[in-house]
Formats: sequence, C-alpha cells, structure tokens
Amino acid sequence: MIRLVKRPMPSKFWSWTTPLVAVIATMIAGGLLFAILGKNPVEAIRVIFWDPLFGPNADYFRSQLLVKAAPLILIACGLAVGFRAGIWNIGAEGQYIIGAIFGASLALAVYPAESWFLFPAMVVLGAIGGLLWGLIPALLKVVFGTSEILVSLMLVYVAQNLLAYMAFGPLKNPEGYGFPGSRNLQGYPSAFNDELMAGTGVHWGVLAALGAVVAIYVLMQRHIAGFRIRVAGEAPRAARYAGVVPARLIVFCLCLSGALAGMAGLFEVSGPSGQITDSFNVGYGYTAIIVAFLGRLHPVGILLAGLLMALTYIGGDMAQLMLGLPSAAIQVFQGMLLFFLLGFDLLTNYRIRIGGARA
Amino acid sequence: MIIGGIDIITLISMLMVASTPVLLAATGELVAEKSGVLNLGVEGMMITGAVAGFATAVSTGSPVLGFVGGALAGAAMAMLFAILTQVFLSNQTATGLALTLFGLGLSALIGKPFEGVRPPATGKVPFGPLSDIPVLGRILFSHDWVVYLSLLLVAVTWAFLKFTRAGLILRAVGENHDAAHALGYRVIAVRCAALAFGGALAGLGGAYLSLIRVPQWTEGMTAGAGWIALAIVVFASWRPERALIGAYLFGGITALQLQLQAAGYAIPVHLLSMAPYVLTIVVLVLLSVVHRRGVQAAPAALGRSFHAAS
Amino acid sequence: MTEILLKIDGLTKAYPGVVANDHVGFSVAPGEVHALLGENGAGKSTLVKMIYGLVKPDSGTMEFLGRPYTPAEPRAARAAGVAMVFQHFSLFEALNVAENVALGMENPPPMRDLAKRIREISQAYGLPLDPARLVGDLSAGERQRVEIVRCLLQDPKLLIMDEPTSVLTPQEVEILFRTLRKLSSEGTAILYISHKLEEIRTICDGATILRGGKVVGSCIPREKSARELAEMMVGGEFAATERVSRPFGAPMLEVKGLSLAPLSQFGPSLKDISLSIAAGEILGIGGVAGNGQEELLATLSGERPSAPGTVWMKGADISALGPNPRRALGLMSAPEERLGHAAVPNMSLTDNTLLTGTIRMPLVKNGFLNMAEAKAFAEDIIREFDVRTPGPWVAARALSGGNLQKFVIGREVLQKPEVLIVNQPTWGVDAAAAAAIRRALLRLAEKGAALIVISQDLDELMEIADRFCALNEGRISAPRPTEGLTIDEIGLMLGGAHGMEVPA
Repeated sequence: MIRLVKRPMPSKFWSWTTPLVAVIATMIAGGLLFAILGKNPVEAIRVIFWDPLFGPNADYFRSQLLVKAAPLILIACGLAVGFRAGIWNIGAEGQYIIGAIFGASLALAVYPAESWFLFPAMVVLGAIGGLLWGLIPALLKVVFGTSEILVSLMLVYVAQNLLAYMAFGPLKNPEGYGFPGSRNLQGYPSAFNDELMAGTGVHWGVLAALGAVVAIYVLMQRHIAGFRIRVAGEAPRAARYAGVVPARLIVFCLCLSGALAGMAGLFEVSGPSGQITDSFNVGYGYTAIIVAFLGRLHPVGILLAGLLMALTYIGGDMAQLMLGLPSAAIQVFQGMLLFFLLGFDLLTNYRIRIGGARA
Repeated sequence: MIIGGIDIITLISMLMVASTPVLLAATGELVAEKSGVLNLGVEGMMITGAVAGFATAVSTGSPVLGFVGGALAGAAMAMLFAILTQVFLSNQTATGLALTLFGLGLSALIGKPFEGVRPPATGKVPFGPLSDIPVLGRILFSHDWVVYLSLLLVAVTWAFLKFTRAGLILRAVGENHDAAHALGYRVIAVRCAALAFGGALAGLGGAYLSLIRVPQWTEGMTAGAGWIALAIVVFASWRPERALIGAYLFGGITALQLQLQAAGYAIPVHLLSMAPYVLTIVVLVLLSVVHRRGVQAAPAALGRSFHAAS
Repeated sequence: MTEILLKIDGLTKAYPGVVANDHVGFSVAPGEVHALLGENGAGKSTLVKMIYGLVKPDSGTMEFLGRPYTPAEPRAARAAGVAMVFQHFSLFEALNVAENVALGMENPPPMRDLAKRIREISQAYGLPLDPARLVGDLSAGERQRVEIVRCLLQDPKLLIMDEPTSVLTPQEVEILFRTLRKLSSEGTAILYISHKLEEIRTICDGATILRGGKVVGSCIPREKSARELAEMMVGGEFAATERVSRPFGAPMLEVKGLSLAPLSQFGPSLKDISLSIAAGEILGIGGVAGNGQEELLATLSGERPSAPGTVWMKGADISALGPNPRRALGLMSAPEERLGHAAVPNMSLTDNTLLTGTIRMPLVKNGFLNMAEAKAFAEDIIREFDVRTPGPWVAARALSGGNLQKFVIGREVLQKPEVLIVNQPTWGVDAAAAAAIRRALLRLAEKGAALIVISQDLDELMEIADRFCALNEGRISAPRPTEGLTIDEIGLMLGGAHGMEVPA
C-alpha cells in the first residue's frame, strides 16, 4: 500500500528537482508518442533538443532561441507574480495582441516620419495597451467579484477578433494589393526592432526579458512588496493581517502581467514578425503559463524554462521539416511537460510511504 | 416571421442547435463543481471529444458510435485530471489549464488526417406530423436526437441533485469534504465519478460540434466554447435548470450574430464574432452583482484539495 | 453483575514521530457516562477516531457487546451501534437540517417522514429543531443539536461526544446534561471527552485519564476533587496564575457605535458595539465563537475598515487605517486561526516575523528585507517564549499548536504594543503553554498596555481579565468587573440558551 504523508516542511530539494524529473519523464513519454507516430524516438529527441544547439547551423538556431525565448520569459515573469499571489491571468495572449496593436498603430499612423523616439514611444504604448487589457479583468474582479480567469480568457477571443478586424480593416496596408495585414515595420527604420548585434538574435525584447528577470527577482525575493505577494498566495487571510489590500494587489498583478505581455507583443510585431496580421499571435501567451510553472514561478527558473520551451519550438520546426513530425506533436509535448510537473510536484509537499498501516 | 431581415423561427431553431455543445459541457461541469472540483480543462476535454468523436464516426461510419467515442475521450481526459488533482493533489487551476493546453495539442495531432473530411450525417428525429405544426414544429420538432438528449440530461441532472441520496452525498462532498469524510463518505471516489461525468458530457458536446453543428474537423474548433461553459455554470448559480437558460442565451447570441452576418448588415464580421465573448463577460458581471447581495451559490469546498489527515 | 458494552485492550496507534496511543485500555458499561480526560494532545481524539472507524489501530483489540469489534469505516461503526458527535461539527452549512441528518444515517426514510421523526425525537429529548432550516443559519448550540439528533435517530448503544460543551453557553450545557442523563437512564452509554474537570465531576460515572498517549489512571470523578483530577491529567503540581491588582491609566482604545455587515451568507455581523479600555487593563470578551469574534478582531486590527468615527486610539480616529498604520501607533493583534491567518503555514518562522514585524522592528530598510534582523528577531521570540523548535528556519506548519501560539503571541508582545487584541489565545494549546501565554499577557498589562482578550474559555477570562463582557450575535453586553461575577450571571450575559422555541 502506498500512502502520502505530508512533510512538516516543503522540500527545497524536490522543489527544484521536480522540473528536471518532469523534463526527463516528458522526453520518455514524448519518445513513446513519436514512436507511435512512426518516428524513431531517439532521432526525434535528438533533432528537437540537440541539433538546434549543437548540430549544423547551430549559430542560427541559437539566435532564434533568444528570439523565441524572449517573449515567453517576458510574459512568464509577469504571470508568475500573479500566480504567486493566487491571481490567475490566463489571458496574456490577448494582452500580447493588444500591446502589438497599440504600438504598431502609432508607427503606422505616423509612417513614414523618422524619429529616434518613435520606437521607445511604441514600447510604452505597447505596455499601456497590455496593461489596459489586463486592467479590465482586474477592475471587474475588484468591483464585482467576477472571476479573473474567465474574463481574461474571454478577452483573448475578443482581442483575436479585434486583431483580425484591424488586419482586414483600419491597419491594412494601403499598398498591399488588397491582401490583409499591415505594412511591414521591418522596412520602417524608426519603428524596426532590429537585431542589436547582427546574427545574435538579440533585439530590444531580449534585453527587456533579461531586465524583467532581474527586476522580478529583486521584487519577489528581496522586497517587502514581493514578500507580501507571496504571502497573499500562500495564505490570503495572513496577507490581510500583514496589511495587504486585496483590491490593490489584484490590480497590480494583472496590470504588471498585462504590461509585460503587451511589451512582448510590441517587440514581436516590430521585430521578428514585422506586421499586424490576423495570425500574428502564435500562442506565446499560453505557452508562457507552462514556462512560469516549469520555472517554479521563480525568475531564474523562468529564464531556463523559457529557453527550454523556445528550444522545443525550434526543434519542433526542425522535426517537422526533417522527420515530418506534425507541429501539433510539440504542443502535446509541452502539455505533457506541464502535467508531469504538476504530478511530480507532490513530492515537494508529501513523502511517499510504501508499506501498510503497520509502518 | 421576419424582423429586420432575420427570420425569428429559423433563429430560435438555430439557437437550440448552437446551444447544445455548451449546454452539454456546462451540465457536466456543473456536476463536477457541485462535488467541489473546479476543472478548468473543459475546453481541452471538449476538443478532444470533438476530434475523437469525429474520428470514430468517420472510421466506423456511425455517428452514434462517434458520440460514444467523444464521450469516452472526454471522460478519459477528465480521469487524467482526476488522477493529478485527487491522487497527486496538484493545484486544480493549474492542472485545468494544463488539460486545456494538452487537449488542444492532442486534438490537433489526432485530427490532422481528418481535415477536410465530411462526417456521416446524423438525421433529424422523425416526429411525423408534429414537425409540420406551424412555428412550433420547426422550433421544437425538427432536430437531431442529441438536442433532445441534452435536454433530457439537464432534467436528469436536476432530479439527481435534488431528489436522490447519491445527489445529496455529492452536494455534501462539495460543501464540506472534511465533514463528509468524517461521516465515512469516500470523497475522492465521489469526485472522480463527478469528474468523469463532466468529462463525458464535455466530450459529447465537443463531438456535437464536429459531427453536427459545423460539421467537419478543424483545429481549435471549440473556439472557447469550453470556457463559455464554465462561465455558464457561474451564471447558473450551480443549478442545472438555470444552465439551460444560460446556454440558450449564449446560443441565441451566437445564432443572432450569424444571422446578422448572413443578412448582410454592414457590421464587420470580426466585430460581430466578438459578441458571444463580450456577452459572456457582461453576464458574468451582472451575475456577480446579484451574488454580492447575499446568496452564496458556489459549493463551499470548490477548488480545494482534499487529503485525509489520518 | 457488571455488563460490559465496550472493552478496549492494548490499543496502539503511532504516527511519524509520535505515538498517539500507547497500549490504551478501558471499558464502558451500558448506560454509563464515561469520561476520557486529558490535555490537548493526550491522544483522546485518536482514540475515539479508532472506536468510530476513522482510524485503524496499529495493534490492540476492541470488543463491543462481547464480540470482536474492528470497524473498517464509520459506516460499520454506526451499523454496530456506535454514534459520534464531533468537536468540529461534521455538518454542511448550505444543506438543511433534515438533509444533514439524512447524511449521517445508513438508510434514511423519505424526507417527509424524516422531518417528522426529527421533530419527534428533538422534542422528546428537549432539543427543539426545525428540519427545514439551513444549518448555516443555526447557532453553535443548535448545530450540536443537529448532530445529537442525527445520532439519536440511529438508536445508538454508545454515543461518543468530543468536547461537547466547548461551544455552549452555561444554560445550554444544562440542557445538554439533562439530555445525556435521560439517554443514560435509557441504557445508552456515553463516552464523554473533555478536559473540563467540573463538568466531568457533574455528569460522569467513571473516568479514564490519558496523558501522552497512555492511560495514567482511572477513577470515579465524583470522588475526586477538581484539583486531584487536574494533577492526574497534567502530571504534576498545577501552577495557578498569580494576580496582582494594577493601576489603570488613561483610555487607550475606544469603540463607538461600531456596526458591520456580514461578509458572507452565513457570516455574523457586528451590531452597535461600544467599548473602552484603559492602559493597564485587560478586558475579557466571552462568548461562543462565530458570534462576531473574528469580525471584531478584524475591525480593531484594521483588516476590515469600519465607518469613520467608530474606532479611536488615544483620542484619534483610526477607523480608516489599515493594520500597518495601526501597528505604527502601537495597536497589535493576534487572530484566532494560527495557521493561515496569524502565520503562513509553509513559510519559516523567520519569514513569519515579517508579517507584522516590519513596522516596529528594523526588519525592512527602504522597502528591502533585512533577513538577518528578521532571523535575530525570530530567535529572540523562540528564546523568550520558550518556543520548542529546531530553529527559526522551520516552517510554521511543523510546529505544534501550543508552540506556534507562543510564537505568535511572542511576536506581538516583543514589539511592545500599547494595545494588544488577542482572539482565543490558548485554544487547543496544552496547559503549560496556556499558562505561559496567560502570564505573558498579564506581564504586558502590568507594563501599562491595554489588552482585549477574546475567548470562549470562561475560566481563562475569569483568571486574567479585569472586566468581562459577552459578545453574542454581534452585540456586546455592558462590561462588568470580573470579581464576584457568578457563572449564572455570565450565562445570562452570553444570551442563555439559543433557539429553544421552534415553530411546530
């Protein structure tokens, strides 16, 4: 008989070991999945996890790694703060879209005027866009007690339709021969979020992501505000006792995560993606949820988890190209990772005892 | 009967079809939540049901088997959730999200070969002369059997929760799992059963989307229907009869916006398509206002993990 | 001849790190009211859980009516004729009385018949109940009636009662005892768990005394004095708290016409509360938990703001201030719920000092945490208040109730509050820790702080408070000096017995 015994204290060891165990378990289960799909599992795992880093053309892929990891890390850092506090913003995808629309709209409105402060203004506007989109569920929760989970998620669909409307309507490229989609900002120097060093993949968004990791680390681990956020998630009544005003906390967490997601959207639309199209968003807002959990809601963990997730994206693309592995397989892979993580998390708080009652 | 270019009878008749997937999913989730478990993975279970139902129906040629397959797939997903949250005591919110993300990926993977395929048709229930009754005939007696099954399930759920001892135990577990445990009820078993039921209904709702409502398989075709089902449970204050109203209200808006699109109103399609989601938010807000005034409708133990200390 | 209903022999149950029951044995005769006497943590709860089938013993035997008795689950225990009234009620607030009763029965009759039987039984035993009412709307005493009636409907041969009087007013205790005597005269045996000595002397025919999981004695309680019983229970001389009269200073905290709407459907409200407390004074507020105690503490501590002009400290209106500004003024509090309110279960003791210590202690600099100071403060608390723990890095949830309570009280007391409000400071705490906490509170008052002690334990309030008032259904009675107050007067202040008239 197997029994669970609650540990007197959460295990630090398991708290950091479970993500690794989960990754290994996912690789095994993923290998089985690939085998079922008729692919050689060892080769698939190699193509996904090894080749992008150390195979041919690794230089290019390493730069792509940063490009893909940056938005994930940026969004996940914001989400992690909320998740710590027990505030569930799962609509980062929508905030990401709105951030992109806000920032890009400015550039498209003033096109083709050149100025050095256009790009900073776009970043600010992108953050504001995401913040406002996050503020909606925050205010509804504070004023009416509406579930922020459902509202933020519903707003993703609203944002997606708004994005399509913009791409087909107001933001459509007047010189685009009737195709949907805006002008490409990559061809607009003042608005282009170009690589800062050629070939490295490092653009402003990458720096922002690293900045977010540091800032969130300081906030959450060193500052009294972060301490109170952690208390709010662990024990809401203790947080009130410690002087936390729940309404302010809700607004802060949703605005912070919204602003970071909005910035991520702006860096993406003005850089790697280049234009507003109805398929501009690729699910970073959802994958960032996995990144946040895999990184134990800790900024350093998120940095590593973001890179790992980016790797699965790039490796997934390669596997699709070279082995004909369906792109959805990677999505399944990411989902499995989160499942294993949540399952193994048990070990952090419980000991597993094998043997009967006569222990 | 045509008002502003919209045929009201067609609208009402469409509404019932448009509502059925969310009605099924919401009824299932309602039972799960009544037992005290918040499963945010409805979207994932629904879309898995959609693809499994579709695949089964296409391979066997039988829509009925398709629905069975969809329900089983949804229940299987729910059991995954049950194992993680009830046995491994994982956080219900996070696990529900994981279930949704996993379901979306899995369904896309399974569904690839089925894109562009037409499923076997599900016929309407032959009501004979009843369906020729003016107005009522088209509204009430012109649907496939799943529409009637969904209504029956709502009634059965209502009666189960209100009148049966098993329903009483389920509610008790959702109110106070420690007390239920102290009285000797098997909290985890009750919750697993409720989750399986919820998953089966979500799967059934998904299968209805891919086999009848659309009918074809496209990636991500549930488009938030599972989340709307969750919202409807809140709207319904955890009462099956009100879930019916909620689902039909939502279905009505969906049908209306489709009709408006078809009627050629000069409103951009994408803005019209937002309507169901915006409406869901508005309704949630209105309901929150009502709930603030006293009555606490949610099961008291909703979302809390149970671990017998002894 | 002496019949034996329940015979227990060599019952042992161990949990990791603690032997909850160590070869426990005793027996109960039909119709006997048998006391299980012991401190918190003596193993009483584990023992009755084994009798009720909730916990399986590691070893030992039980016999019921001369037959081996090994209940695998509560259902089996109920089928055998064992019923139990829980200390923390096993009730469902959102369900009505009849539904609650039905859940505790194996084969309940249809609801309408059941409602009729509930009325009959409850009237017959002097415990009136309306089957259609929601349990959430009932007082603690009425809720206990639901539990008792639920048991009685099963015609139990043995009724287990776990600390039944802790939530009752003295008048309600009287009613309960009448019911128990009636049951006992009809042949039902009662296993009565308590640490209240006078009660046991009043009602019980026999007693088994537990200490540290072992049986340390048995006696006929009527033949022993309360002091003898206490010494058997605690295992040594019983140190009473010394009391010196103190001079009172200027009024420190005043509450004027404070009202508060309930937070939730079944939550209590506060109605027009006024009180005043002077420096050096201890005001005891008695009453059954759930009558507004938590709400009163929350409004005084600043966790819930109240209307302007309702809470005053040293002549200034502080109604709008949150907990931290109030701490800056010297008003501290310690809520009842230790795990999850006064302390964060998963955080270390060091982290837990940061909950309230960032204002009056140098634990934070420019908003940044000073963990070295926090650790030093935690160590101070551990030392001065004799908190038994391996060190300040230990998570709060790993501490026993008594030790964590000492930590919580110590954390507030060491910050030198001018006003301290505590709710149930010794609830679920062993006698030694309780005495230490009471001494600390008295010392604080001697130094000139004003204290409000909210407690269900009337003996405790009589021991340390200068004035006493009762909080009942959100209303507070006029405070009276504790000296010379009789138990009947207190009972009436507490509102007597609740809900004795039920529409038929």
